[in-house]
Amino acid sequence: MPESPRSMFRPPFRSYQFDGAYDEMFAAPGEPRPHYRALFQTLLELPPEQLRKTQQAADLSFLHQGITFTVYGNEEGTERVFPNDLLPRIIPHHEWSKIEGGLTQRIAALNLFLEDVYHRGRILADGVVPRELVYSCRHFRREMRGLTVPRGIYVSVCGTDLVRLPDGNFAVLEDNLRVPSGVSYMLANRKVLKRVFPTLFRDYGVCPVDHYAQALLATLRALSPPNASGWHEPTVVLLTPGVFNSAYFEHTFLAQQMGIELVEGRDLLVHDNVVYMRTTAGLRRVDVIYRRVDDDFLDPLTFRRDSSLGVPGLFNAYRAGNVALANAIGTGIADDKAVYAYVPAIIRYYLGEDPILANVDTYLLHDRSQREYVLEHLQELVVKAVGESGGYGMLIGPHSTAEQREEFRRRIQEEPRNYIAQPTLNLSRAPCFLEGEAQARHVDLRPYILYGENVTLVPGGLTRVALRRGSLVVNSSQGGGSKDTWVLRA
Amino acid sequence: MSQRREITMLSRVADCLYWMSRYLERAEHTARLMDVDLQLRLDQSPEASAGRWLRLLEASQASAPEDGKIDATTLTYILTLDKTNPSSIIACVAAARENLRQVREQCSSEMWEQLNRLYLQVNSTTSGEAWLLNSYVFFRAVQEGAHLFQGVTDSTMAHGEGWQYIQLGRFVERTDALARLIGTHFTWLHNSLDQAVESEEYLEWVGLLKSCAAFEAYCKTYTAELRPLRVAEFLLLNPRFPHSVRFSVDMVHAALTAIGELTERKAEQPVRLAGRLRATLSFSQIDEIMAAGANAYVNNVRWQCAQAHNSIHQIYFDYPVESALLS
Repeated sequence: MPESPRSMFRPPFRSYQFDGAYDEMFAAPGEPRPHYRALFQTLLELPPEQLRKTQQAADLSFLHQGITFTVYGNEEGTERVFPNDLLPRIIPHHEWSKIEGGLTQRIAALNLFLEDVYHRGRILADGVVPRELVYSCRHFRREMRGLTVPRGIYVSVCGTDLVRLPDGNFAVLEDNLRVPSGVSYMLANRKVLKRVFPTLFRDYGVCPVDHYAQALLATLRALSPPNASGWHEPTVVLLTPGVFNSAYFEHTFLAQQMGIELVEGRDLLVHDNVVYMRTTAGLRRVDVIYRRVDDDFLDPLTFRRDSSLGVPGLFNAYRAGNVALANAIGTGIADDKAVYAYVPAIIRYYLGEDPILANVDTYLLHDRSQREYVLEHLQELVVKAVGESGGYGMLIGPHSTAEQREEFRRRIQEEPRNYIAQPTLNLSRAPCFLEGEAQARHVDLRPYILYGENVTLVPGGLTRVALRRGSLVVNSSQGGGSKDTWVLRA
Repeated sequence: MSQRREITMLSRVADCLYWMSRYLERAEHTARLMDVDLQLRLDQSPEASAGRWLRLLEASQASAPEDGKIDATTLTYILTLDKTNPSSIIACVAAARENLRQVREQCSSEMWEQLNRLYLQVNSTTSGEAWLLNSYVFFRAVQEGAHLFQGVTDSTMAHGEGWQYIQLGRFVERTDALARLIGTHFTWLHNSLDQAVESEEYLEWVGLLKSCAAFEAYCKTYTAELRPLRVAEFLLLNPRFPHSVRFSVDMVHAALTAIGELTERKAEQPVRLAGRLRATLSFSQIDEIMAAGANAYVNNVRWQCAQAHNSIHQIYFDYPVESALLS
């Protein structure tokens, strides 16, 4: 039975707002898209009070489980619960198929790019990507030149940020090829939602995500280096910076789910170019390290000397082929926000295919004419530092003050290579349960891609939500939250 | 061939589990002392209480205020909510939780949630007049929280190596805390050993037993007639009561034996030290102990216990690389 337009304004949708953005739930006011109809109906029938109670119970359960993240530069209460929204974001199967194809293509091309840049450098010689752009990148690691990594895979764990533009198409906003996080929230959200909407979940036919940890372990094992300890299964460990890292919960969670040891730098030592962990029964050899520590901090003998998080001698063991690292060192050049602009060209160059997923228009500020345009239009654009992530080092033109714009103008003129600009995107919006009713908030989508023996995507990902009304920033460190993502079966 | 893979335990993880358990035991112990003190205070003159408060501070290794004056409010604050006192309840629960947080993938999620809940509860407590009046609720909550954690641990965690470190931590801490408490008590109170205690001191002896959760168990064994010699025998040498020194030492020895077997390490030293301590307690006679002085005896127990602790640290947690590569 078609919904009458008036029902749109019944609770809990009384104050639901529309603007130019693509709405995930509604094709037009009061008219839910076919794949959202069942959820819409459920929300109309469900007493808001019940939903509110469920939300409270979910919040409390997150707090008790300690599903928290750490906020840097905030003295009191460094641990905070990552807000979870109860209303699922639903993606029909055909849309997911396209995303899956596009991301598989992208990770394959980016790996070929990294392999090329650290070996022969064909793409640079052919002038497809400017040489100086790569060599001036803060994440370029000279030490990786000529080093062969297991299976030639540099990026085995990737989290790519997608946004849906007003025309309904997904576009890639950025690639996270170093140490992407957030996957534990995807799994935790799913667990909560299955409890909140059991019938709805079953009737919708949602693709499961629970096998992520197993897929990750298989990916990591596939990287076991040629000189691994031999006859037994490779020993895989997860290297964490420690309990004060913002993603510490996730590190413990993944280690537990995979059944591998969670180690800190001080648990490992290198002897004769072999990595060992210190156990109560003596030293035990380590073959693969899923490291959640940044390049700079991995080995004080090779990289930052003041790092106490790393393992002295690790790089030499890596170079000797005695241990594998996931992701490899130096992958940051491929998610540099200026190199990002060249990814469509990179895909065409290595695969001879057109990119399935579009990029967002990007202005490169080391180019004079583009820089001049950007400096004149700062108020409309988003400016990002090329090497940063997590929503740090960003200027959102329309929401900025004159002072902030002046500050960025100065920084851009000082170090143009260090910044890029993009149009302010009107991210799509999805209903969130806030203040006892459904309200529209901007969302993005971060699917997780694994690359070992082959490319695996767990259907779904983390839908991040800008919880503040009107805000476009979805990062957890900047007041964002997340919701479960339901990819429907074919 | 068994499909079970070789299980390893990181030294740091073992260290964290051990200290987590010690801190939680310490918090529980302090909560029990305070709970008992609160009850005794009602029946006593302020002067009589003040003497016990100094003993309490000494037994908890907390320093008395500089002016030497102590009242119920100050004492309660120092031992419960004072974050600057590392042996206060709040500091111990926070330290236990911080240790478990670092190794939370090693314990069951039920354990983590239970300890986290206790921490959130303790940490949201603010001192004040109202809280002080109802502080018994707080002390009960801490004791119950710790008991619940133990129960959850025993029923949801594999009784493997990690569990043994938790046992070890709990009973090393208990041995030390009981020995300290008994030592200070017998140093301060000079009753005739083998006669029933007089009424004004009766309360103090009940207090000692209750502080070891032992009053009811003592009465079952010896009736409610309290004689210092019997109290000492019960708390030091009873082999079956879980808050006696001997029982605790037996458990330390059992945990160390199990760990030695699980790690297949020639860890004779910690086991040997615990075995010697165990033998000391098994073959001691209470009248001989009292003749030489209870305090000297418990100091020896504490010294041996500390030796075992150091040896555990050197063998399992922080060994030199060279020795491990050779084996």
